Amino acid sequence: MMRKTIQKAAVKTALFLLGAVFCAPVLFLLSGSVMSRYELTENLRSLMTDGETLITWSFFPLYPTFEHYGRILFQTPQFFTVFWNSMKIVFCILAGQFVIAVPAAWAFAVYPFRFRKWLFTLYIVLMLMPFQVTMLSSYLVLDGLAIMDTHRAVILPAVFSTFPVFLVYRGFCDLPRGLIEAARIDGAGEWMIFVKLGLPLASGGILSAAVLGFLEYWSLIEQPLAFLEDQSLWPLSLYLPEISLEQVGYSFVASVITLIPAIFVFLSGREYLEQGIVASGLKE
Amino acid sequence: MQKTGLQRFLKKRPSIWQSKYAFFWFLLPSLAGVTVFVLVPFLDVVRRSFVTAVTQEWTGLRNYQIVFANQAFRLAVKNTVRFTFVCLPLLIGIGLFLSVQLSRLKEMQLIKSMFLFPLAMPAATVVLIWKMLFSRQGFLNGILLKTGFVEDGLLPDYMGTGAAFWVLVFSYIWKNLGYTIVLWLAGIFSVSADLTEAAKVDGATERQCFWRVIFPNLKGSLYTITVLSFLNSFKVFREAYLVAGSYPHESMYLLQHLFNNWFVNLELDKMAAAAVCVGMLLFAAILFLQRLWDHEEHI
Repeated sequence: MMRKTIQKAAVKTALFLLGAVFCAPVLFLLSGSVMSRYELTENLRSLMTDGETLITWSFFPLYPTFEHYGRILFQTPQFFTVFWNSMKIVFCILAGQFVIAVPAAWAFAVYPFRFRKWLFTLYIVLMLMPFQVTMLSSYLVLDGLAIMDTHRAVILPAVFSTFPVFLVYRGFCDLPRGLIEAARIDGAGEWMIFVKLGLPLASGGILSAAVLGFLEYWSLIEQPLAFLEDQSLWPLSLYLPEISLEQVGYSFVASVITLIPAIFVFLSGREYLEQGIVASGLKE
Repeated sequence: MQKTGLQRFLKKRPSIWQSKYAFFWFLLPSLAGVTVFVLVPFLDVVRRSFVTAVTQEWTGLRNYQIVFANQAFRLAVKNTVRFTFVCLPLLIGIGLFLSVQLSRLKEMQLIKSMFLFPLAMPAATVVLIWKMLFSRQGFLNGILLKTGFVEDGLLPDYMGTGAAFWVLVFSYIWKNLGYTIVLWLAGIFSVSADLTEAAKVDGATERQCFWRVIFPNLKGSLYTITVLSFLNSFKVFREAYLVAGSYPHESMYLLQHLFNNWFVNLELDKMAAAAVCVGMLLFAAILFLQRLWDHEEHI
C-alpha cells in the first residue's frame, strides 16, 4: 500500500515537472524582457558573435529594467503598425468565419439534402489540405482579383476555411429535432429557427471555433509571407523574426507582448479550446 | 374549430425561408467562397501543370517528369515522409502513455493545461528560445557538457547538422502534445466507468484494465489523432522557416520549403505539377482513412 502511494507521488511529480518544462519558454521570455541591454549582451554575446563559449542566463536579472518596454511601446511606431495589423487580420477573419461558416454548419446539420455526405467529405478533405498544396490556387485567384499585397489577400481565403464549419456543426448536431419541427408547425420561417433556436444552442461550438481560430491566426506565417510583400502590412508574427540579434532586448519584449493576447485567449477560453479540440474529431 | 398545426402550416405562403430548399441559402456563402477560392483555381493549377510557366505552351507530362527527377524534390519528399513516420508514432505513443498516467490523477486538469500551453505560443515567439537552446553556444550543449556527454571543443550546432531533424521533431512534439492528450483523455473517459468497475471486481489489475477494456475502445480516437497530427505536421514549417530560413540544413528541408522556394522564384509550372501530385495523394489518403474509419464505426 505504501509502495503504491510513493509510486503515485512519483508519477505526479514527474508529470508536473514535465508540464513545467513545457511552459518554461515563457519564463525565458519574461526574464529576458526585463534584462538590461548590457546584461543581455553579456549573456548572449557568444550567440551573437558565433563565439566559442556557451551562453549564460539568469532567471532573475541582476539589473532588471523596463527600458526595452519603454522603447518599444513609446518609440517604435512600426511595432504598433504591426500589432494592429495582426489584430485587424485576426478579427476580420474571425468575423468573416462567423458569418460564412455558421450558416453552412446549420445547413449540414439540419437539412438532409441530396449531396450532403459527398459535400461534407469534400469539406473534410479541404480542411486537411496543407497550405502549400492550395497556395498556388489561392495565389492565382488573388492575383486575378488584384488584391495581392493587401490584407484582403490573407483574410479572404481564411474566411472561407472549412475548419470552423466542423466545430460549429458538432454544436448544431445536439439540437433536438423535435424542437425544430415544433417551431415549424408554429409557423416559424427557417431563418427565424436558425436565429432563435440554432445560434444560442451552438454558442459553445462558435466559441471553440473563435478560440482555436484566434490562436491559429495570431500566429500566421505562411500566408502573409507568400502574399504580402509590403512590410508595413506584415503581422506581428512576421515582424518578430526580423529583429536582429543585436536588438535582442526588443525581441524579448515584442515576444512577450505578442504572447499576451494569445495567453489571455488561452486562459479565458480554455474550456472552449478543449471542447473545440474534441469536436474537431471528425465524427459525424 | 381549432386548426391543427399542420393545417396552419400548409396555409402559409411559401417564402424562400420556408421552402425545403432553405438549406441552399445557408450553404451558399460558404460554398461560393470555397468554389471561388479553392476549387476553380485548382482546375487552373491542373491546367498549368501541363504547360510551361511563361509561354503557356502545352508540354504534356514534361513538368511531371522534371519534378520527379528533381533532386530537391526527392530530398524534400524523403525528409517529409521521414518526418511524418517518425513524429506521428512518437506523438501518438507518448500522448497515450501520458494520458493514461494523467487519467488516474486528481490534478489532471491543471497538468493538462500545462501541456496545452505551447499551443498558445506563436511560432515567432518560440524561435528565439530554440536558438538559445540548440545553437552551438546554446543551453543544450551546456547541460550535456556539465553531465559529461560531450567534450569541450566538440560542441555540435544542432541546427546545422543532421540533428536539425530531431530539433524539428522536438519542436513538433512540444507544440502538439497538449491537444493529443486532450483527445486521448476524451477517448479514455468515454469508455463507460461500469466496464472498468466490473473488470476490477473480477480482479483485473490496472494494466489489464487498460489493455483489455479501455484500449479496444480507443480505435476511434486513434484515427482522429492520427489524421489531426498528420495535418499539424505540415505546420512545423513555421518554426523551421523562422529558425533556419528558406534553405536550411539538408535534413530539415521539407516539401514546404521546396514549394515556398518555387513560389518565390515563380517556377509555377513545377509547383503546379507537384501540387497536383501531393494534392491527389493526400486526397486519396484521407478518403482511404475515412473509409477505414467508417468501416470501423459500423462494426
